[in-house]
Amino acid sequence: MTKRRLIPVLYIKNGFIVRSEGFSYHHNIGNVVAEAGRYNGWDVDELIYIDISREKNYDLRRDDYNVNSYDSIGSIINEISKVCFMPLTFGGGIRTIDDVSFRIQNGADKITLNTGAFENPKLIKQAAEKYGSQAVVISIDYRLIDGQPIVFTNFGQKNTGKSVYNWIKECENLGAGEILLNSIDRDGKANGYDIEIINKVVDSTKLPVIACGGAGSPEDFVELAQKTNVSAIAAGNIFHFTELSYPRAKMLLKKEGLNFR
Amino acid sequence: MIGIVNYGIGNLQSVKNSLDFLNIPNAIINKPEEINNFDKIILPGVGAFGAAMEKLNSLGFAGEIKKFASENKPILGICLGMQLLFDEGYEHGRHKGLGLVEGKVLPFNEKVKDLPLPQIGWNNITKENISPLLENVESNSSFYFVHSFYCEPEEKYIVAANSDYGIKFASIIHKKNIFGCQFHPEKSQSAGLQILKNFNDL
Repeated sequence: MTKRRLIPVLYIKNGFIVRSEGFSYHHNIGNVVAEAGRYNGWDVDELIYIDISREKNYDLRRDDYNVNSYDSIGSIINEISKVCFMPLTFGGGIRTIDDVSFRIQNGADKITLNTGAFENPKLIKQAAEKYGSQAVVISIDYRLIDGQPIVFTNFGQKNTGKSVYNWIKECENLGAGEILLNSIDRDGKANGYDIEIINKVVDSTKLPVIACGGAGSPEDFVELAQKTNVSAIAAGNIFHFTELSYPRAKMLLKKEGLNFR
Repeated sequence: MIGIVNYGIGNLQSVKNSLDFLNIPNAIINKPEEINNFDKIILPGVGAFGAAMEKLNSLGFAGEIKKFASENKPILGICLGMQLLFDEGYEHGRHKGLGLVEGKVLPFNEKVKDLPLPQIGWNNITKENISPLLENVESNSSFYFVHSFYCEPEEKYIVAANSDYGIKFASIIHKKNIFGCQFHPEKSQSAGLQILKNFNDL
């Protein structure tokens, strides 16, 4: 039977991997390609890259590692796919079907749509028709407002007023393949996943749900896997600062009898 | 030297990247007549069975691939590429395949209820028969799958490994010089790279 996945999510800002907190504070971690090699060495299930650059300007020259500088997101994807032999998802700033094609042609297996899908839902359909539903991940950032999860777009800045459940239903009908659900309130806080909302979201859709936001320890992964039916667990910061955190987390999940690779 | 058949479908680059990473000499085959420059070929593929066969036929690859197979040279089909090796597929109607392996390609949705389709993700394989493709691959290794259809070979002895997604299906086949994997070895980390290495070492 298909296994549940543990997925590092890496945020790229102007060619660097950054740590994110509350969607506003970003701390530089290192060179995007060198980091990809490190994750590949950990035998990860999948990698998700989200480009959060405000201005599309990539500068890898200021780096300690001996790599060439890349002048575009295309060459970043290209270089990463040369050292990564697992499914590779790329998102951030995708607004048109040409943006989708560009990333897939450069080596992405899937793309994520967030603001671009919300502003132009037809893009979901176009991407699914051209590359198949399996290639289209809808990334949804939410905050709780009066206890209800509400979709926020534009780097989590813009309150759309739309319920997460309704938006997922629309995405499903348009041919989306997976949902990447991210709690803005918990981003970078390391106080655990939003189990209650994640459960409601998983129950509301047939699509596989990847839950993100709030992991502070491997025990948080275990709790999420035990208490919900998420298809995949995603996290960012925890994998940057703790040595061997990925393989250790996998070992713990398997020891608990959970169906992970 | 391994040739990767480019018939305008799917992501060839990731297959090429994995062979490059393994230092296996390889090149992309853009014209059917170039097939003869290679001693092994890989047939990749993502998409629908009928559309892919139409491309193989209209570009002139189908005939060259069959000739290559008849000369006893190794062919590895990946994902849809494996399905195309069979007699016929039932994706959006009935379509004739390359016919290098006897059997059919059938939809999961008639047999599998209550599981998401396509199957997307890592699944185990169980070895059924001995194959050089499985050299140094542990039984129970997992590989990355993305598919809604599965292969049903007529001769069970050609099933090198099975996997389970509601039903048991062939995840690796091996009939003389014809090989196929339903999963993506180029996206399956070290176990997948081992399969590609084994194909090169044949």
